[in-house]
Amino acid sequence: MKFSLRKSMVVGAAVTGLLATGYAAAQEQFVGLASYRVGPFGSNGASLYGGWIDYMQMVNERDGGVNGVKLTWEECETEYNNARGVECYERLKNRGATGNSVFQPLSTGITYSVLDRVAQDKIPMVTIGYGRTDAADGRVFPWVFPMITTYWSQASAIVNYIGSKEGGNEKLKGKKIALLFHDSAYGRESHAVLDKLAERYGYELTKIPVANPGNEQQAQWLQIRQLRPDYTILWGWGVMNPTALRTAARTGYPREKIVGVWWSGSEEDTIPAGDAAKGYVAAGFNPAGKNFPVVQDIQKHVYAKNRGNMEDKDRVGSVLYNRGVVHGIITVEAMRVAQEKFGKGKPLTGEQMRWGFENLKIDEKRLAALGASGFMPEMQITCEDHEGAGMVKFQQWDGAKWNVVSDWVKGDRQLVRGMIEESAAAYAKEKGITPRDCSKEM
Amino acid sequence: MTFFLEVLIGGLLSGVLYALVALGFVLIFKASGVFNFAQGAMVFFAALTFVGFTEVLPGWTGLEPGSGGVFWLAFALALASMIVLGIATEKVVLRPLVNQPPITLFMATIGLTFFVEGLAQAIWGANARGLSLGISDEPVMWILDDFDIIISKFDLIAAGIALVLFVVLALLFQYTRVGRALRAVADDHQAALSVGIPLKHIWAIVWGVAGFVALIAGLIWGSRNGVQFALTFTALKALPVLILGGFTSVPGAIIGGLIIGASEKLAEIYIGPFVGGGIESWFPYVLAMFFLLVRPEGLFGEKHIDRV
Repeated sequence: MKFSLRKSMVVGAAVTGLLATGYAAAQEQFVGLASYRVGPFGSNGASLYGGWIDYMQMVNERDGGVNGVKLTWEECETEYNNARGVECYERLKNRGATGNSVFQPLSTGITYSVLDRVAQDKIPMVTIGYGRTDAADGRVFPWVFPMITTYWSQASAIVNYIGSKEGGNEKLKGKKIALLFHDSAYGRESHAVLDKLAERYGYELTKIPVANPGNEQQAQWLQIRQLRPDYTILWGWGVMNPTALRTAARTGYPREKIVGVWWSGSEEDTIPAGDAAKGYVAAGFNPAGKNFPVVQDIQKHVYAKNRGNMEDKDRVGSVLYNRGVVHGIITVEAMRVAQEKFGKGKPLTGEQMRWGFENLKIDEKRLAALGASGFMPEMQITCEDHEGAGMVKFQQWDGAKWNVVSDWVKGDRQLVRGMIEESAAAYAKEKGITPRDCSKEM
Repeated sequence: MTFFLEVLIGGLLSGVLYALVALGFVLIFKASGVFNFAQGAMVFFAALTFVGFTEVLPGWTGLEPGSGGVFWLAFALALASMIVLGIATEKVVLRPLVNQPPITLFMATIGLTFFVEGLAQAIWGANARGLSLGISDEPVMWILDDFDIIISKFDLIAAGIALVLFVVLALLFQYTRVGRALRAVADDHQAALSVGIPLKHIWAIVWGVAGFVALIAGLIWGSRNGVQFALTFTALKALPVLILGGFTSVPGAIIGGLIIGASEKLAEIYIGPFVGGGIESWFPYVLAMFFLLVRPEGLFGEKHIDRV
């Protein structure tokens, strides 16, 4: 076999090119975004994914990536549809030099649909503020991270907040609390916790379901008018939220007595309700506002260069936009932690990222360094605890913007953790899973 | 008893608003025999276009935001957009499908739904917006004081607007040349063409009128719940109304709307607690199904007789 000089040069150039391409790709960390920007919840998705992408863009522009590893991403439209979510998961999982490093579908339905797949493919699934609550037990769910605060912690924190308004939880005895909930698995998620707390504190809980999509609630609010509850917890999603506020106004129920959950507490919920939303209070694990240094850095390094993701720039600093920034912070911080162990300046596999998430600690000092003091709670993830914080702040809508009206309010940690472990143990038994021994994990 | 009356009246008023959406379906079905699956998307498109114009017009014209000038100009432009959309639908989607089986036309309107939804969001963005028509959404105080019954001023006025629209359209169908032509076209495309009725003009007119009805429905529903994608779901409220009232009858749409509105609210309150609640979304369909068993053509629909 003869090799001509010309042929050898061509082959050599090709090999060099391939190596160079490989090297360039090796300096990038891929994040697959199963997003939704159209469909019934498109307005929520546009703000949240806008904030998330802007944060990653800012890390690239300001810091040159994470220890020199540039962040890359690709969106796949799910339309909040489970089947499309699974399709997006499959489409994204092998993208990038090391595959998709983390999957965050922003949908409880999609979370359940890919629960088994992420464990099989070794891709961590981070579900911030949604998903399966008992996955907070990392011994049973090593690949799932329902971070910051779970629904159960939120429900408990809401009761504590209402208690504080009444002068202490012991004053809740004999009070009436109505729970107006989206009639779905998501809406029913709080029932067990609220029932247990009702037994403990002696309040009377009335659960009132609203059928999807919730664009007509006259019957429910007439029931509430008849019941005359001291407080109403609004556990809604999408059009159900502004409709609830409008109908509450129509039936004369004071909005100051309605306490919403974080999926009922964004500008997307209050602006469509107009004046009817004035005085309404909602929980959240991140406040709204543009004055946080991290948001100002995004303005400076991304929007000033005309590289922002938000079509409507007025929504920068909104509740959902800032929640997207929180997603970005958590993803990037987990990469930093993982790179400390597996090598700085190297892209990470899903398995390595999982280690990063499981050893993530964002304390007050780190929050200050990130320009995010008060922007999100301190948190620490461990092998056992994939939740990390378990607290929320409360904000009140003044007709034009959200104003923070509380400090971080914790849920009943002991009660919630006990329920999580009980539920996770039942799941492990059903599926034949042997929980990890966290003392042996490094 | 007071509570029962409160629920009943609230349900009847909601029913009129369901009938308003159903009316758009009836108009197109009467004139073309097409079940327009895109009616909900048209309601969304109309409301979003109106709100979009109210946002951009102050910048374009120097008019005061929220002023009457902006409102009426936005209304006129949104109406013009709906008419253009209607005519374009007739030219691009329906005309090539003349004399095709009804299922083909129905499938075409499903495609149209996705197109209209996407077009609206591509032009105006996906943000949820508020819409104020300047009508107070509070209880009528003298009824509340004297009878302890809550009746929303907004719902009353909205129902009034809807009823005026129903009367005008019923008169149009019964007593005008255009109305007769519309009915002739609905009966048989080819026969109508053979006697000189300009099919394409009739269809353009009816899609334009359906666009106008969608705009009114969009403004009322948008003002009630905000202007967002979920406006497309109002069509789901109209379907049982149509099954019950008949696809070809304007009075049927009203009566159907009233029955559905009142029954779903009463069922939610009095039956809901026994079956876990949240039955408002499916109860009207069950009710409509029972009506179908007794009167397949609906309460006021035309009886269809096939000669063998």
